[in-house]
Amino acid sequence: MKFIKNFFVKTEPLVQKGAKFYWLHSVHEGFFSLFFVQKDTSKSGTHIHDFIDLKRTMGVVVLALVPAILFGMYNTGLQHFLAIGEAATTGFFEMFLYGLIKVLPVIAVSYIVGLGIEFVFAQQRGHGIHEGFLVSGILIPLVMPIETPLWMIAVATAFAVILGKEVFGGTGMNIWNPALIARAFLFFAYPAQMSGESVWVALKDGDKLVDGFSGATPMAQAAAGNIDNFSVADAFFGFIPGSIGETSTLAILLGAVVLIVTGIGSWKIMVSTIAGGAVMGLILNIFAGSAGLSPEVATYFSLPFWQHLILGGFMFGAIFMATDPVSAAQTEKGKWIYGFLIGILAIIIRVLNPAFPEGMMLAILLMNTFAPLVDHYVVNANIKKRLKRASA
Amino acid sequence: MSEIIKLRKGLNIKLKGSAEKMLEVLPFPATVALKPTDFPGLTPKLKVKADAVVKAGDALFYDKYHPEILFTAPLGGKVISVNRGERRKVLEVVIGADESAGFIEFTKADPTTLSEDEIKEQLLKSGLWPFLKRRPYGVIASPNEKPNSICISTFDTAPMAPDYNFVIEGQMDTFQTGINALAKLTDGKVNLGINNDSKFSHVKNVEITQFDGPHPAGNVGIQIANTSPLNKGDIVWTINVQDVLFIGRLFETGKVDFSRIVALTGSEVETPKYYKTVLGAPVASLIDGKLKQADYNQRIISGNVLTGTKVKEQCYLSYYDSQVSVIPEGDDYELMGWATLGINKFSATKTFISSLFPKKEYELNANLHGGDRAFVVSGQYEKLVPMDILPVHLLKAILVNDIDKMEQLGIYEVVEEDFALCEYACTSKIEVQKILRQGINTMIKELG
Repeated sequence: MKFIKNFFVKTEPLVQKGAKFYWLHSVHEGFFSLFFVQKDTSKSGTHIHDFIDLKRTMGVVVLALVPAILFGMYNTGLQHFLAIGEAATTGFFEMFLYGLIKVLPVIAVSYIVGLGIEFVFAQQRGHGIHEGFLVSGILIPLVMPIETPLWMIAVATAFAVILGKEVFGGTGMNIWNPALIARAFLFFAYPAQMSGESVWVALKDGDKLVDGFSGATPMAQAAAGNIDNFSVADAFFGFIPGSIGETSTLAILLGAVVLIVTGIGSWKIMVSTIAGGAVMGLILNIFAGSAGLSPEVATYFSLPFWQHLILGGFMFGAIFMATDPVSAAQTEKGKWIYGFLIGILAIIIRVLNPAFPEGMMLAILLMNTFAPLVDHYVVNANIKKRLKRASA
Repeated sequence: MSEIIKLRKGLNIKLKGSAEKMLEVLPFPATVALKPTDFPGLTPKLKVKADAVVKAGDALFYDKYHPEILFTAPLGGKVISVNRGERRKVLEVVIGADESAGFIEFTKADPTTLSEDEIKEQLLKSGLWPFLKRRPYGVIASPNEKPNSICISTFDTAPMAPDYNFVIEGQMDTFQTGINALAKLTDGKVNLGINNDSKFSHVKNVEITQFDGPHPAGNVGIQIANTSPLNKGDIVWTINVQDVLFIGRLFETGKVDFSRIVALTGSEVETPKYYKTVLGAPVASLIDGKLKQADYNQRIISGNVLTGTKVKEQCYLSYYDSQVSVIPEGDDYELMGWATLGINKFSATKTFISSLFPKKEYELNANLHGGDRAFVVSGQYEKLVPMDILPVHLLKAILVNDIDKMEQLGIYEVVEEDFALCEYACTSKIEVQKILRQGINTMIKELG
């Protein structure tokens, strides 16, 4: 490993300001610090610093995503072979391999496009490469339907990184979750390609489909009033069509355990989001018998509240998206309110607006927008308390 | 019995190298120095020139804006040099100690029989006044104002901090004399924050409160915030335990006696223990021959590892410090350091294996362990500050120079040490204490 260090140390003068390769400065620094924690020591303030840094923080999140990634690959294969009616005769590894081959290019495109843009901006601004995209780069593929064309992934990633993040100043400054910006961009810019029943299952021309195959996600089926077309166990374990990483509640919960145990993800946001979803589900249950509802809507209203939590992107959003510390509420009290409202809104949008079967994405983006407002009131409460103390 | 306040927030950083309870008395050093840079915001005016002969207790310099606040020689002798830095800023006034130079005689009296003004005058003239700091801002108290109360923490929860129960042994009466003098300076009370099993629980003429909890429970600012938090316009004075002893000795003997017990601590020290030396002693007199032989760099800190000042061997101890810490500098690259399991890596988060061993002691170095970034992770600071305050929002108010917000968010209640843990734990390596002092300086400049 010494030669890597020597390489970076030796090339360091070449990328300094004024030197020939200055345009590679941020890239050099980025890769050097990736391989080696730098030798910089404390200059002011505390003499000791925690070993945690943004690389490890992001690393832990990626680690927490691994179960969802692996399951997503397997499920991509599974759904494909179910669709062509060969699931019974295909082995586990073959399915996984099929999914791997399908999913890897999506991940690669997301990272190459996103990191490329990050490098350019870091160099432009003259600062180091920030690690935020390490997580966004894997979240983007996981919230996409498998049949999204690669060029669309590239366009969406570029849109998210530039307009969702860099225009605000980069990692730590963005208002919305970049991965959801990418998803929302595709959803609204290419509605024809991004919805319907053909994008959720990987198929190629000429594949012979089994009779009765629809390809629709349980979300879409539920919106159509067919809430019995999937089993609860399938939905929990994730053997259903859906975006690559969102189907398996179990895999996502494994990730949640990692985030909560390490303290990297806010358990307050996770708990309050789930609570919000459950409460809204219950409220809908109460009104399921009301007159005036069309039969489809009425059946959707009557979906047991806890089943909302295992369908669609709800759990994935609650664990990995809502908890993004930059775009979430930053005060501890604010996190409760922020999460709870995400849960409520997600179920409202999902059930009451059939045009948007996936309410989670919109609910989180909406609450990202309002998180500063929530924080504002929490901060003001602190200020008021202090003023009251002074005048008492 | 006194009230007990339990604090939950905070963090104890367990480092290898706490001082053993052994005291070695060092001979008086050949030189001592006062450093005007130890006093934030001070503009010093010199009273002596090089080669002048001073007695112990003679003024060396004073505060330009409060000429009555004097800074006096800890030992008698000849002024060897006045060391200046950029723009002729005075950095050190160095005295070659000579016992024959003698002492200035001050009033020797029981402070309970003296008036407030007499005590004030004696403290100002003898150069003991600067040990009184005021909140807000953590600067030297102004003689013209009257504090609501005077607060003293009798225990230090910082890493490897000296144990004042040990330091105070045999000096309890002197401490009481000092307290009696201080009690005259306020219409309110003298508040003593103690920990469990404290020798200070029998001190009279004070209001005692017991605090239980991790660092920063021993910080006087945290103790104030959890008993009677500072509001706009409130003034509280604070003073360290050993500095109360200086006051006690002054009234008991009529002479200044700046001898102080300093804990030499840290993983780079062969046998960490306590040394009796004097204020402003050379760092070398304390550490020579006592550090481990090392082929790597070591960092010497006057004070503790969270709030201390980096010093060199040829420097002098800082004015308020009762501790010297020596840790490895850590100025080397670490292969994939951010991705290791981290058995020897202490962290406020639970992302390293080390968090499974809560009792373990660590050897930490001065490496930043990461690059500086924007605020990304939220909720980190809040866990470490046991006060009703929003640290990140206060810091952001300082960064955008919003004076109203700084005031509203409680800048009067904090000084650097209260946020030091935030800086330690920060994922983004933000220089929290520097930012906070910048904010405090703005407040002083704008509001006085």
